[in-house]
Amino acid sequence: MPLIPQPPPPAGGALLARLHAINAEYGYLPEEELRRAAEELGVPLSQVYSAATFYAAFSFQPRGRHTIHVCLGTACYIRGGEKLLEKLESTLGVRPGETTDDRAFTVETVHCVGSCSMSPVMRVDGDTYGRLRADLLPRILRKYREQEAGGVSDEGM
Amino acid sequence: MINLTVNEQPVTVPEGTTILQAVRAAGVELPTLCFHEGLAPYGACRLCMVSIAAPRHALVASCAYPVEEGLAVETNSPEAVSARRLALEFLLSRCPQSEVIQEMAAQEGVTASRFGTPPPERAEELCVLCGLCVRVCREAIGAAAIGFIGRGMERRVGTPFDIQAATCIGCGACAEICPTKAIKIEDRGNKRILHTWHTTVELHKCPQCGKLFAPEPMAFLGEMFPEIEEQWALCPECRRARTAQQWVEQRFTSPA
Repeated sequence: MPLIPQPPPPAGGALLARLHAINAEYGYLPEEELRRAAEELGVPLSQVYSAATFYAAFSFQPRGRHTIHVCLGTACYIRGGEKLLEKLESTLGVRPGETTDDRAFTVETVHCVGSCSMSPVMRVDGDTYGRLRADLLPRILRKYREQEAGGVSDEGM
Repeated sequence: MINLTVNEQPVTVPEGTTILQAVRAAGVELPTLCFHEGLAPYGACRLCMVSIAAPRHALVASCAYPVEEGLAVETNSPEAVSARRLALEFLLSRCPQSEVIQEMAAQEGVTASRFGTPPPERAEELCVLCGLCVRVCREAIGAAAIGFIGRGMERRVGTPFDIQAATCIGCGACAEICPTKAIKIEDRGNKRILHTWHTTVELHKCPQCGKLFAPEPMAFLGEMFPEIEEQWALCPECRRARTAQQWVEQRFTSPA
């Protein structure tokens, strides 16, 4: 028995569900939300933080309004996925996992989205772009920037 | 009681005993890093691997395997030895600077690792991620101030957000239990600084001799156990002196 009396254990699985909810709400996990989750679920903060840092599905950085997934699965990799990523990195000035300063885009890599026949593939907010070439990327990015009515001032690519 | 054999030598142990405990009861040595008798089995370090030949053939972590009737344990089968040596090679590759690991490895005949050395920024790494500090803090102390962070190559132990842990009571159990001395704790002035956890706590001053002897956040122990509350105020030496004084007075003032 621990020296310090412990609260009763929370309902199983409550923590991950809560983390997903926070991530969906904010696009990332703000510190104060994790502290609140720990308190409300009666789970030690160290355990909350442990779970939050374990899963790649959770982010600690504020995310872009659009998430770009570049596929580096076997088929896409062979057919130039890496070149797409390089082009994105140089155009947006971010590395995988990072968000552009204007918070427009977050770039991430995935390993296969199941669209190998269209390789190389990139997804933006769940829309899939197949048989891509690096020179087609600026146009796609511009489309998403133009979608954003008012708000943030963006220079085109 | 359960009957089993360890290296063909019969052993009888109570039900619920682990193979590791039975092996040690039989006087056979097995190395461990993540095992502590006061904590639940964890099976992280893989140093206590043994073969079981009956009732079925398997290679198991002895610290987490409960004994069963008719179990035949072999601690020095070729596969058990090679599993332990492999684990040591991995540990040596992660912590080449750790004297504890070097010694354990040498005892199993491992002097070099096939898995290379850590990158320069981790060259001094001493933590083997056995989880003893995390578990003692959570299971035995109940503070749960530290936990594992990240996973894979980035996995490490730390406080949430790498800042002062509000629940840390500064007891130092983490540093005490660490098998590789990876946790740095220092008492400086009236502060205890837990460097590894970016945490500092105040030390309690003995009202009699003025010596600093225990972290302030541990004062709750005095409230929890009224029978020690009065003694809690004094440092161990003053407490001992007072007990001795009381004993002497009692002995020589009351009729024997």
